[in-house]
Amino acid sequence: MEVILENLPLYWEGLLRTLFLSVVSGIIALVLGTLLAAARVSPVAALRGFSTVYVEILRNTPLTIAFFFAAIVLPRLGVTFQQFEVAAIIALSAYTAAFIAEAVRSGVNSVPLGQAEAARSIGMNFGQVLNLIILPQALRTVIPPLINILIALVKNSSVAGAFFVLELFGYGRQLANANGDQVMAVLLGVAFFYLLLTIPLGILASTVERKVAIAR
Amino acid sequence: MTSVLYDVPGPKARRVSLIGSVVGTVLILGLLAWIGMTLAQQGIFEGRRWAIFTRGDVWTLLAYGLGATLTAAALAAVIAFPLGLMFCLLRISLVAWIRIPARVVLEFLRGMPVVLMMLFVLLVFGTSSFVAVVTGLVLYNTAIFAEIIRAGIQSLPKGQREAGLTIGLTSFQSRLLIELPQAVRRMMPSLVAQLVVLLKDTSLGYIVAYGELLRAVQVMADFLGNAFLFPIFFVAAAIYIVINICVSRLAIWIERRGSTKTAGGVAPAPTAVVAPELPEVTERK
Amino acid sequence: MKAFMTRRKSFFVAATAALALSLSACGGSTPGTSNPTVADKPTFAAGTTMAKLTAAGTIKIGTKYDQPLFGQVGLDGKPVGFDVEMGKLIAAKLGIAADKIEWSETVSANREPFIEQGKVDIVIATYTINDKRKQVVSFAGPYYEAGQALMVNKDNTSITKPEDVAGKKVCSVTGSTPAATIVDKYKAELVPAATYSACLEPLRNKQVEAITTDNVILAGFVDKEPDAFKLASDQTFTKEPYGIGLKKDDTEFRNWINDQLEAFGKDGSYKKAWEATAGSVIKTAPELPAINRY
Repeated sequence: MEVILENLPLYWEGLLRTLFLSVVSGIIALVLGTLLAAARVSPVAALRGFSTVYVEILRNTPLTIAFFFAAIVLPRLGVTFQQFEVAAIIALSAYTAAFIAEAVRSGVNSVPLGQAEAARSIGMNFGQVLNLIILPQALRTVIPPLINILIALVKNSSVAGAFFVLELFGYGRQLANANGDQVMAVLLGVAFFYLLLTIPLGILASTVERKVAIAR
Repeated sequence: MTSVLYDVPGPKARRVSLIGSVVGTVLILGLLAWIGMTLAQQGIFEGRRWAIFTRGDVWTLLAYGLGATLTAAALAAVIAFPLGLMFCLLRISLVAWIRIPARVVLEFLRGMPVVLMMLFVLLVFGTSSFVAVVTGLVLYNTAIFAEIIRAGIQSLPKGQREAGLTIGLTSFQSRLLIELPQAVRRMMPSLVAQLVVLLKDTSLGYIVAYGELLRAVQVMADFLGNAFLFPIFFVAAAIYIVINICVSRLAIWIERRGSTKTAGGVAPAPTAVVAPELPEVTERK
Repeated sequence: MKAFMTRRKSFFVAATAALALSLSACGGSTPGTSNPTVADKPTFAAGTTMAKLTAAGTIKIGTKYDQPLFGQVGLDGKPVGFDVEMGKLIAAKLGIAADKIEWSETVSANREPFIEQGKVDIVIATYTINDKRKQVVSFAGPYYEAGQALMVNKDNTSITKPEDVAGKKVCSVTGSTPAATIVDKYKAELVPAATYSACLEPLRNKQVEAITTDNVILAGFVDKEPDAFKLASDQTFTKEPYGIGLKKDDTEFRNWINDQLEAFGKDGSYKKAWEATAGSVIKTAPELPAINRY
């Protein structure tokens, strides 16, 4: 166990990097995902098509391959960044957005038909129906699945360790290599710090779920 | 396809939408073309780089990797699903000393990175890398399956459970015979989506040196040299996308096939988006 | 239909032939393999690990599958490289033919546990001997002494020694020893990657200033693309004695392996193993380092 205490600053640094990647990618993914979901139900065929293709491709690609495109193919296209965190954030948010879009879309589908009909019958247009009636209700039902997606995002950020960004899991592997005699303790430390991020999110999910649950 | 979210577009709106669609499509195609051109200038599409795909051993290795990916994913799914059902029942049990430990276990499993669990299993129990990968996937997906099915049970109309209890079923019987089957049906899309995630997560097996598809690809790129990195990764991405879309489609097909056979019908959540289901919904009311 | 098939077939044949040509033209450094002569029924004192392995007729060796020139898996799923050759030589002395060796991949995190749990009999995996590791496993050797070096773009003149990378971005493999050294000792900013070959693209795109790891691996990359990359200097700045890991305190086995290593150095099989693998890139064959019989 002392190996964890000795290297607390490293763990901490890794935790902060993981947190940073997750928060920034999470925010971008939420915005992008909601836009994609709106595009998916919009009247413009091209938007629907684009959204469908985007979601289908990104959801079906392993994250590692998304990282490959962001960190290795993009620079070849002239999009170079001095900070590799940018590539990691691009990959993570592009990937997560597809899942968020699907969750929000199924949330939209869960809103009773009458809501949309009522809104339409008082003369609202598509934007109003979506913004004022459907999305607020949809977001309530999708908050638990959204938090699940964010938990997955925290853990997915560990893939960044293989693509030029040193985060919690990367530090863990570094420590494991440096302390060949205490590999188990090092990894337990890594697990502990991940749980430090994900367990509160999980508890938040169930609290929100209880609070906003629509009584049936 | 008409939707209740907006009016059936008139001629003017249709024209605007059409113009928008055409412009958008042209823009996207233009962007793709530019990407293609830029990469082509760097010689990524030279025949020499792609000729490796005429080699038998390249395909043998890819097929071997794909086989390893599918085996691990299939085995993990087959084990994790019943375990998920079981944990879901424990998690919603009325008895606190069953419910609370189950919840702790599920929260723990859900919060751990799969790579870490694989590594743990390998190091602590000294298993083969295959067992480590499958166990890691089972542990994580059990938790996710349990959560999905629980959400499904909670989304059922209360009357289902009440009716079950009324005809003299015990609470557990009602859960098992009435609510669980409906919940599974209802959550089929989420379950399938998770299945695809599971399949993709096999690629995390690199951490324990399991020779699945992505690992095969990396090994190949290393062995053949950097010139072949791009072609190999493009092909790998294509294989994953095709396989995963097939899995999704297959599951949808099974779902449809199953649902036509039942007398009561599945209760698809009333949808605000697509109108064709409208008559069905009103009928049920 | 038939005509189509034939045409198609001939296209394939032509394409494969062309590929074979192009590969042999651009490669030039594919590691070869050798087949050392297998000892005929060697005898060992009963109860020793050697006697057990000889009786079993097989040995489990862990090696890395992603270290160019040392242990790298080929398209047929079999590892090749200098480590692999050393494994074959040792197995041969136990009367075990190369095709009877059970290779398994060891990654950095599982080398010690694999030895402790007996999942492998020995580990030959660019395994640097150090004191922390000695607390849980024993080492025979060293059989090779590598040293850390830096690789930069061909046009780079600002980096010639490790002190030059302070504060600059340097790519290396996540959790590897060279990565730790460049950060702790030379204050570089580490850019971690999954494999060394993954570092090549960022270096080419000038997103990192250098790649660091053991000199032999870097030499392999320079050899493949001499117009793009070069070694910052021929000097190495660390000593990485590669040892053969085995169960802790199996002193008989360790001494026996050490004896064999010394024999390989004398009878030229050490040099031959080198020339068949890493020697294709590094022309000067190394001397066998002094065995550390602790």
